[in-house]
Amino acid sequence: MNTKTLFYILKRLLLAIVTVWVVITVTFFVTRAVPGGPFMSEKALTAEAQAALEAKYGLDKPVGEQYVTYLKDIVTEFDFGPSLKQRGRTVTEVIMDGMGVSIKLGLIAAFSALAIGIVLGSIAALRRNKFIDKVIMVITTAFVSMPSFIMGSLLLVIFAIKLAILPANGEADGGLFLPVVTLALYPMAYITRLTRSSMLDVLGQDYIRTAKAKGVSGLKIIFGHALKNSLIPVITYFGPMLAYIVTGSLVVEKIFAVPGIGRAFVNSITGRDYPLIMGTTIVLAVLIVIMNLVSDILYKVVDPRITLE
Amino acid sequence: MKKNSFSFHVDLDAFTPASQEDKAYMVQMRPSSTFFKDGVKRLLKNKVATVSFIIVVFITLCALFIPMIYPYSYDQMLGVEPGKPVDASYNNLAPFEYGLTEQDKMEAGEKVFPHIFGTDEQGRDYFIRIVYGTRISLTVGFFASIIVLIIGMTIGAISGYCGGVVDLIIQRIVDIIYSLPDMLMVILLSAVLSEAIKDAIEGTVLAKIGTNIISLFVVFALLYWVSMARLIRGQILSLREQEYVLSARATGAKAGWIIRKHLIPNSISVVIISTALQIPSAIFTESYLSFLGLGVNAPMPSLGSLASAALNGLSSYPYRLVIPAIVISLIVLSLNLFGDGLRDAFDPKLNV
Repeated sequence: MNTKTLFYILKRLLLAIVTVWVVITVTFFVTRAVPGGPFMSEKALTAEAQAALEAKYGLDKPVGEQYVTYLKDIVTEFDFGPSLKQRGRTVTEVIMDGMGVSIKLGLIAAFSALAIGIVLGSIAALRRNKFIDKVIMVITTAFVSMPSFIMGSLLLVIFAIKLAILPANGEADGGLFLPVVTLALYPMAYITRLTRSSMLDVLGQDYIRTAKAKGVSGLKIIFGHALKNSLIPVITYFGPMLAYIVTGSLVVEKIFAVPGIGRAFVNSITGRDYPLIMGTTIVLAVLIVIMNLVSDILYKVVDPRITLE
Repeated sequence: MKKNSFSFHVDLDAFTPASQEDKAYMVQMRPSSTFFKDGVKRLLKNKVATVSFIIVVFITLCALFIPMIYPYSYDQMLGVEPGKPVDASYNNLAPFEYGLTEQDKMEAGEKVFPHIFGTDEQGRDYFIRIVYGTRISLTVGFFASIIVLIIGMTIGAISGYCGGVVDLIIQRIVDIIYSLPDMLMVILLSAVLSEAIKDAIEGTVLAKIGTNIISLFVVFALLYWVSMARLIRGQILSLREQEYVLSARATGAKAGWIIRKHLIPNSISVVIISTALQIPSAIFTESYLSFLGLGVNAPMPSLGSLASAALNGLSSYPYRLVIPAIVISLIVLSLNLFGDGLRDAFDPKLNV
């Protein structure tokens, strides 16, 4: 690793930190812009009760001081304050509760999308313009243009209601199957197209022709030379894929009633539970920013041919 | 005579007057094609793009004109008439079924317009709600793209022209907005903005459009201009360095002339294409937000909110979900394919 790479990593790291700070700041000030503040409730409170509440949550202090306290609590103690609608629980507890099932859902979806996408993409590239290639391309085009909530709802109608072969509720046995499929289809289709085009690109390279001329067998060319290099563009998709899975999981968890962080987020929006909205936004945003950072750096480090700006 | 290739003698054959045949060769057979005509020709050759375009135009025309001639309106509860008890027979009609009073009318020999997709749980004709939802989705997509275009073009042009410190600052801001998780920010902003602007627009024309739609536009204006600004800036920077701009400047062309004759015609196609591709993404965002309950305000329907509402009665009325789902997918898919076709046809840099 040379100084140029190091400099690039430092630059990206700095940008990531600034981005996270912007997210926290925007979240803080935007929720403070709501009339009544983030701790507003539907019930009309007496003046004393209102004042007591404000004193308890530090809302009587100037906004600048509140902001500094909020920032400090997040950074040092991972503390987002209490949830409004779920009495007696902190936002951190709610997030941690949902985190487990959401991470499981996301990881299974991501890995199956990667595995199936790479295999399908390679097949399509190797059988270019044959029947199987055309079938794969038509199907992936359809999947790419279908929003996740549509996909999820349709799968729910077909497999859980009409055929009744899979559970519709995410908490039942095998209930994660449909949510995983819903989440995985779009990235799977995207990775297939990405692998196909980069594989076609690699197969046209001189070193593949050289390997062929030297009599290397077809399988060895694919696994030894072509696949490795054609997977490099796929690395750049890691970040966007995670962002997609995170936002997709919001609706998927709503549709299939999966008790994850996404459902908590959607419920917090409809219930106007601002501390929970803020906390979840920040956690998910940090997740996405970190993943983008990792995939960007990985991309530059893996392939020595890529020149850094 | 054998020709000596090293001879300096002039070849007299080259100076004989042109024959009729030679002259005919030089006559222009047809008017020279313009860039626009070439593009349209290439676009028409692309069958997928042409079909997509026809589908988009068809859907748009339907969304525009069907509400004018359709006998029901999107918020009219058919079972509710002033001064009478609510007629529940109109709620949840299956396609081509009729309510009780309508059946009486039909027996009396009157003609009743059929409910093509039935009615919803409040007795509203579902077909007209789908048409209205399509109208809303298309309108949101179109105006959001225009907003993005205007803001992105202005900032991108400033960044590209000024250069220096201004460019540096704008580019760092663009970098940060670019790396923000856009969907999360959109959800957060629309969840909060719709509350925050509720009082501010009370009683004005804007209140009719609904706080959620306005906050959606605000969000687009705040977040989505960055890619357009980057594109415009890149175009300006690269076009400024082109040889034909240099030669125009060398022959004494003024800045206004260069902008009018070189910069705008050369970058307009890229701008139009990326605006066209912005529309499906805006429609997608709108339907996603509507699905989460952050979209248009009731009773106004949008395709996303119709799909979301259909989730409740899913086991009995699955078609209520399938229909908006198909319409959204069809619009997004055909706009995307048409945009791709436009890019292939009009981006001269891609011509092979």
